[in-house]
Amino acid sequence: MAKVIEGLYYTESHEFVKVEGEFGYVGITDYAQSQLGNVVYVDMPEVDDEVTAGEEFGAVESVKAASDLISPVSGTVVEVNEALEDAPEKINEDAFANWIMKVKLSDKSELSKLMDAKAYEEICK
Amino acid sequence: MNNRYYGRLIFELSKSGRTSYSLPANEFKSNSLDKLPSALVRKSKTILPEVDELTVVRHYTNMSNNNFGVDTGFYPLGSCTMKYNPKINDEISALPQFTALHPLQPAYTVQGALEVYYNVQQSLAEIAGMSEFTLNPYAGAHGELTGLMTIKTYHERRGDTKRTKIIVPNSAHGTNPASAAVCGFEIVEVKSTADGTVDVADLKPLLNDEIAGMMMTNPNTLGIFEKEIPEIAALVHACGGLMYYDGANLNPMLGVCRPGDMGFDVMHINLHKTFSTPHGGGGPGSGPVGVRKGLEQYLPVPHVKKDADGHFFVDFGNNALGSISQFFGNFAVVLRAYAYLLTLGKENIKMVGPLSVLNANYVKEQLKSHYLLPIQGLCKHEFVFDGLLDKSTGVTTLDVAKRLLDYGFHAPTIYFPLLFHEAMMIEPTENESKDTLDEFIATLKTVAEEAISDPDMVKSAPHSTPVRRLDDVKAVKEPHFTFKDYLQ
Amino acid sequence: MAYKYFPHTEADLKDMLRAAGVDSLEALYDDVPDQLKMHRDYNLPSAMSEIEVRRFFEELGKRNQPLTCFAGAGAYDHYTPAVISCITSRSEFLTSYTPYQAEISQGTLQYIFEYQTMMADMTGMEISNASMYDSATATAEAIMMAVAAAKKRRKVLVSATVNPAVLRVVRTYAHFHKIELVMIAEKDGITDLDELRTLLGAGDVAGVVLPQPNYYGIVEDFTGVADACHAAKALMIMNCPASTLAVLRTPGEWGADIAVGDGQSLGIPLSFGGPYIGYMCTSKALIRKMPGRIVGGTTDADGRRAFVLTMQAREQHIRREKATSNICSNQSLMCLFVTIYMALMGEKGLREVNELSSDGAHYLHDELLKTGKFTEFSSKPFLNEFTLRTSLNIDALEKHLAQNDILGGVKAESHDDCIIFAVTEKRSKAEIDKLVSLIKEG
Repeated sequence: MAKVIEGLYYTESHEFVKVEGEFGYVGITDYAQSQLGNVVYVDMPEVDDEVTAGEEFGAVESVKAASDLISPVSGTVVEVNEALEDAPEKINEDAFANWIMKVKLSDKSELSKLMDAKAYEEICK
Repeated sequence: MNNRYYGRLIFELSKSGRTSYSLPANEFKSNSLDKLPSALVRKSKTILPEVDELTVVRHYTNMSNNNFGVDTGFYPLGSCTMKYNPKINDEISALPQFTALHPLQPAYTVQGALEVYYNVQQSLAEIAGMSEFTLNPYAGAHGELTGLMTIKTYHERRGDTKRTKIIVPNSAHGTNPASAAVCGFEIVEVKSTADGTVDVADLKPLLNDEIAGMMMTNPNTLGIFEKEIPEIAALVHACGGLMYYDGANLNPMLGVCRPGDMGFDVMHINLHKTFSTPHGGGGPGSGPVGVRKGLEQYLPVPHVKKDADGHFFVDFGNNALGSISQFFGNFAVVLRAYAYLLTLGKENIKMVGPLSVLNANYVKEQLKSHYLLPIQGLCKHEFVFDGLLDKSTGVTTLDVAKRLLDYGFHAPTIYFPLLFHEAMMIEPTENESKDTLDEFIATLKTVAEEAISDPDMVKSAPHSTPVRRLDDVKAVKEPHFTFKDYLQ
Repeated sequence: MAYKYFPHTEADLKDMLRAAGVDSLEALYDDVPDQLKMHRDYNLPSAMSEIEVRRFFEELGKRNQPLTCFAGAGAYDHYTPAVISCITSRSEFLTSYTPYQAEISQGTLQYIFEYQTMMADMTGMEISNASMYDSATATAEAIMMAVAAAKKRRKVLVSATVNPAVLRVVRTYAHFHKIELVMIAEKDGITDLDELRTLLGAGDVAGVVLPQPNYYGIVEDFTGVADACHAAKALMIMNCPASTLAVLRTPGEWGADIAVGDGQSLGIPLSFGGPYIGYMCTSKALIRKMPGRIVGGTTDADGRRAFVLTMQAREQHIRREKATSNICSNQSLMCLFVTIYMALMGEKGLREVNELSSDGAHYLHDELLKTGKFTEFSSKPFLNEFTLRTSLNIDALEKHLAQNDILGGVKAESHDDCIIFAVTEKRSKAEIDKLVSLIKEG
């Protein structure tokens, strides 16, 4: 059974965002990593890139699959998780701890369109 | 093929001082290379081996013994049409009167080669129900791209520039959307119904004046004939779009039904599937593109034509689309396909479709007791199982495929189409005998029984191949892309 | 209905139809609407026996006139060692498909790995893919790759000294893929590097395509070009005929990011234009943008070294419309062809091939100038191919030479008073002298 954490926001395409003040940490969920299998590469955005809610910001690759990353939020990328460049498998170890990008949120009202843990748990069943 | 692991690389056989070439003595001795300015000259040594001729011959012969081809055994790889590659075709393609021709020779010195092109263009047009063909595309994907360029050029030349979208069924091979994207189109997916065919109700709301066309294959990737094709074609035409036929599944239609008559406007054919040219380990193939009447001027150049006096010539004149190949495509592959067409003749070409369909249905009906057949009824040249009927063993389609290798069969296409989780796509061609098919059927039944009696053995298959299952995660995480990566 | 490619006996047919649940072959198509069926025979010739097929093609072959070849322009008449066709015609290689089942495809995977090693080394780059179609499409793929790597910039510069046949294809792909092509002018037969620097200055360039040797056979000096490209964040793409890589400064040594070209010059027969083999090599940093298949080394369940298709998540069958390219089938068997060629020739053999070709070309060049009917097009260095201006009627000369079984170069597309000649190790001094004497009298 895939792990779901209370207090985060979720998308139907299995990204999560953890909000801390003006910033959001975006990654893929535990369910997503379990479906993908061994993650071998994460195509990350660059710092200062603008991302838009509902649009692609990168991709995660396993050996035989690749999945686009859809941003749950809009804003400016202020940091990417460089540890994933050399060790993308960290996503398999703990998907929630290993976020992919940190975004300065431009519109916090977008968060209301995302799912909470309970709603997300339902779609993973 | 044999099962003895060979595994050496030519670089490991190299010994300084050995050689395997001979060239004539230099009659000029002007040392022109030494006079090149030093800034323009290669400084690094090469990694090329120093080996004698017998070492080279044995090395590649041993390597070939670790390989499985159609000539080795049954190769039911769905969607790839692994039919027999007649040997006379290879002999013809090696005739020096053809292999010695430079592609820029004047037309009056290559009338025979141009006639080959012209006659194959004409023959394919007759078989496909199209008006004209180009033989320039190098492969199926290249043909798709060329065909889509043709469609886009048609719209552009009419001044209709807002048609930026192509409709692709969600069951389509990944190459369809990839070709459309390379061609600068946006992709609109149309859903499939439960029986795997295009959902006409889902299609209708997608049609508008931004649609450039729709890509389909018929029969589709599940081997099911799309009966609604006349209605689909009429709908797409009514919105101003063109119908594109992906010829990957043309084989079962031979002798019975022509894409042109189904309402398609542009199409490609894979000569390496339907017209028996060898797959060569993944190429060279050939992907001729045909168009219906009225679209001929949108095909790429160069194009081979015949003048009123019966002379063949190369036309560069029409430049609507431009060129998609440096010269004329894979000529030697076209030559093989021509030999095949002439060998079969009209009497036998028409039997290709029915016999391939018979073989597929024969295998399907006998195996549905052991494998899950998601779509009942007649199939065409191929069909898809959704894995074993008994899912309790934990044995997957991958395991079944690997176990088949132990029994001397190539595996079917697996995990495609994406509509089924455990997809196993089987395409026996018209060349396979009842005896071969019976053996294959018996073997797949045995594997299904082994999945129950000894699942771990099946999950760890293959056991008797030159190498065993490979670690493909390691291949990505500890990459070795050249021999130099082993030297570090 | 017994036929050599159809093994079905009458009894088989009966049994199989029954098992398939139908009573005739026609009934297998009951699901096809009747109005879509053809209901007639194809309008094609009747079947031929093997004797007739052979006779047919022998007759057809007589309508071709193989010529002693002094033409190049992208296709070169190099020598093919006998070993190659003996190996490439082995049906274990010839009749296999893409090596999806690695356990029974080590032969194919291994030769592709050797090919990747050799091509990467020849170009001086880190990695190679498992082949493209030809030089022109490989170059077109390279510009799409540069645009994908640059993300937002969609302008590519192409030297006017690139082979026009390559340029035509690049133009086509650029048009449909919405890439803006800007030509870098030709100056005295070479790329105008001052103009290149000016164009790069705009800062909106994703890639730059440069040929080596160029269309006219000239070996260009690209000193400083890589730095200029990289300062402008543009990728430097070089297009080179493979054989010359053995002796000329490599794309890697020039600092290029992508090397493409045709492997045809590695002994592949002219075959009226194909099959040849496009190659593409690049750096490890760009691997995820590189189109086509890649073979990698790994181990099997018993820990033995073995090879497998890898980095597949980039490819069209997985990435669908997000893939950098749609390439699927490539020219795999031609990988084997050129790999055996390079194994046989080795570094020394390739050097000798280039030496013989270059010495022959320089001899022909000088002899033609002596006739007084030609003048220099450029005084820049060349290898096996060169361009001369002529006062002769080029079409009449072509006919005159063809009547004597010679293909005397090709007319330069951009300069209609110029002919481009190429010489390979197959051309003897006697053949060159014959060409020169025919020109003298003609």
